[in-house]
Amino acid sequence: MATSQIKGLAGALFLLLGMALCANTASAQAQNTCLDCHGALDPPLQVTAEQFASDIHAQKGLTCAGCHGGDPTKADTDAMSKAAGFRGKVQRSQIPELCGHCHSDGAYMRQYNPSLRTDQLAQYKTSVHGQRLAHGDTKVAVCIDCHGVHGLRPASDARSKVNPLNVAETCSRCHSNAEYMKEYKIPTDQFADYSKSVHHEAMVIRGDLSAPTCTTCHGNHGAAPPGVGSVKNVCATCHVFQSQMFDKSSHKAAFQAAGLPGCVVCHSNHDVKHPSDVMLGTGPGSVCVRCHTPGDRCDRATTAIHADLTRLKDAIQETDGVLAVAESSGMEVSESRLGQDQARDSLTKARVTIHSFRKELVDQDIQAGLKINATDLQAGNNALRERTYRRVGLGISVLAILIVLLGLRAYLRLIEQNPKSESHVES
Amino acid sequence: MSLLAGARDWLDERFHWAELIAPLKKKTVPLHKLSPWYFLGGITLFLFMIQVCTGILLLLYYRPGANESFESVQYIMTRVQFGWLVRSIHSYAANLMILTAFAHMFSVVFLRAYRKPRELTWVSGMLLLFLAMGFGFSGYLLPWNTLAFFATKVGTEIAGQVPLIGHGIMVFLRGGEDVTGATVTRFFGFHVAVLPLLTTLLVLVHLALVQYFGMSVPPGVEARWKASPAEARQMKFFPNFFLRELMAWYIALGVLGALAAILPWDLGTKADPFASAPAGIRPEWYFMFMFQTLKEIPAKVWFLDGEVVGILVFGAAGALWLLLPFFDPLARGRGRKFIMGAAIFALSYIIAMTLYGYKPN
Repeated sequence: MATSQIKGLAGALFLLLGMALCANTASAQAQNTCLDCHGALDPPLQVTAEQFASDIHAQKGLTCAGCHGGDPTKADTDAMSKAAGFRGKVQRSQIPELCGHCHSDGAYMRQYNPSLRTDQLAQYKTSVHGQRLAHGDTKVAVCIDCHGVHGLRPASDARSKVNPLNVAETCSRCHSNAEYMKEYKIPTDQFADYSKSVHHEAMVIRGDLSAPTCTTCHGNHGAAPPGVGSVKNVCATCHVFQSQMFDKSSHKAAFQAAGLPGCVVCHSNHDVKHPSDVMLGTGPGSVCVRCHTPGDRCDRATTAIHADLTRLKDAIQETDGVLAVAESSGMEVSESRLGQDQARDSLTKARVTIHSFRKELVDQDIQAGLKINATDLQAGNNALRERTYRRVGLGISVLAILIVLLGLRAYLRLIEQNPKSESHVES
Repeated sequence: MSLLAGARDWLDERFHWAELIAPLKKKTVPLHKLSPWYFLGGITLFLFMIQVCTGILLLLYYRPGANESFESVQYIMTRVQFGWLVRSIHSYAANLMILTAFAHMFSVVFLRAYRKPRELTWVSGMLLLFLAMGFGFSGYLLPWNTLAFFATKVGTEIAGQVPLIGHGIMVFLRGGEDVTGATVTRFFGFHVAVLPLLTTLLVLVHLALVQYFGMSVPPGVEARWKASPAEARQMKFFPNFFLRELMAWYIALGVLGALAAILPWDLGTKADPFASAPAGIRPEWYFMFMFQTLKEIPAKVWFLDGEVVGILVFGAAGALWLLLPFFDPLARGRGRKFIMGAAIFALSYIIAMTLYGYKPN
């Protein structure tokens, strides 16, 4: 046999061997005998192939053995033998540690998602859930209660139970269950209240995923109710200016002395409604009246602020109406329309400045808004006057045109009375 | 001696004025029940003169460019004394002019006024209509508002679909690959220099031809008059017809003034080339039938791109329409009826597709 033939045969054999090895490896990876049985079992032991395929862990190449041990490449009891390292059902109390085994390992997690935090377990241990679990209360939430199991999706997936859109409902499964929460002696109306709040509206109706949900204020893995002293700091993560104003106000010290939890005193916690100007003063809908009495110094100040806000609001509304009429008449008032946006900004700023509880500061914003509004109102009224001027001008012009037309008609009749102006065509 | 008579004598002494205007004095207009259609050409001419006058006034304040066009038109509309009137009349008169030009064209077709010896009158008129549409297309972009920006983008894209030379035409029109400030300055140049020059020359040729050949008499009337010469009637152009035309001009002026005062031409919002196209982008109404047709054509017609097929069909139809007087004599009897049928179809198609294009979704 020629050398070249031997080389060719050896090459072919090597190729075949390589292909067989690859096929074997691929078969081992694809094989998951757990699903063969658990796909056919009834819940809670049921895990279907579809369910497992949608799980982020399965998508990253992990198998049942990652959590439950065993060898999914073997069949029947061999797969679930102690020799294969089978751990079986994970106890609830052990779940955080089990998840944390990988999720707290920065080096391990980096290969899958380098931006994912790895402090979830550490935070969980500081949470009310974690602390109660440590004391043997297995009713509290563990990882799988919020994230799910055997079909777990990343939080960015809108179908995930921890997606911002679904977080409140996920928490409510326990926290709105009066029977389940009975022994903890905490209210169970948070979700019902939150569902009526401006935050819920922003999240669910407007689809603003940055709007606050339970975890925004309470934390997620380190979930705990914010203390009286830290409520303001929680709100301030979004409402920065209001917080700064409040810090400089006389109310801060007064609230602290009375042990009142800052923002929620006036705005509530879960049921945060659209703030309204009627919250000021001591009239119907007032929140000041909870502490202040009608006619006292603060009542007089807030009533005056309320009147100023109403003045600016009404002025803006009036000018908008004038500009709308002018615009619908085809007048060019876009500059004034833009100016009105600035007036509205001033009104919003004034409403933020209220948190300083200083009339003179609120006045500055009100006056700025009124000044802009006055300019725009004047422009709107000028536009309406101009509209009238144009229409009067049109009327006069049409009249002049009619007179000319009648004159021309009369002249034509006059000259056409003379038969010479119209003659027969020569054949 | 009155001042007018003195001036006339002064001119007559130097230029033989009386001899110069003698043909005008002799000029007559055929008088029959279809004579009112003769007014359309004159009204179109009047609207063109309004365009020239208002256009010159707008030029005093308008500044072309992506950063100046919108602001300068806004300035004209809000700050310049009677700027709103001038700009609104310019916009309305442009649209009315194209409307009357279309009506004039179809009246010429249906009265067969294009027939020998007026073939070149028809061709010059058709070229004037194309130029008017060019005026409309270039003028539409000049305020640099959102609707105009995207309509120009779509319009020049369609021009870019013409086989072989399309891309070149598009780049030439846009002054680059995209609609930018360079497109505005380019369109401005076309609008105030190139097109007015060509139009003025062609208007002079068209008027000279009309003057030379006189008004066409519809074939039916002509035959009747030939059979019975006693029935033939005509009206002196000056002053009888001219004064009637003047009345029509006055009415047009009144309509323009009313539109400008009651519904000033909208300015819209400034174009933002980086914004996505808003819904309801549409060209000026006189391009709508073509635009809507291109939208309705399937993406592929046989092996050709649907849009290309549409452009080629419109190009061929336009060329045939332009050359109508030259093959009209070849048609006899049924052939003539076919031409009239095609004209009725064209008019119906333009109206139907335009209305369809404006149908709310």
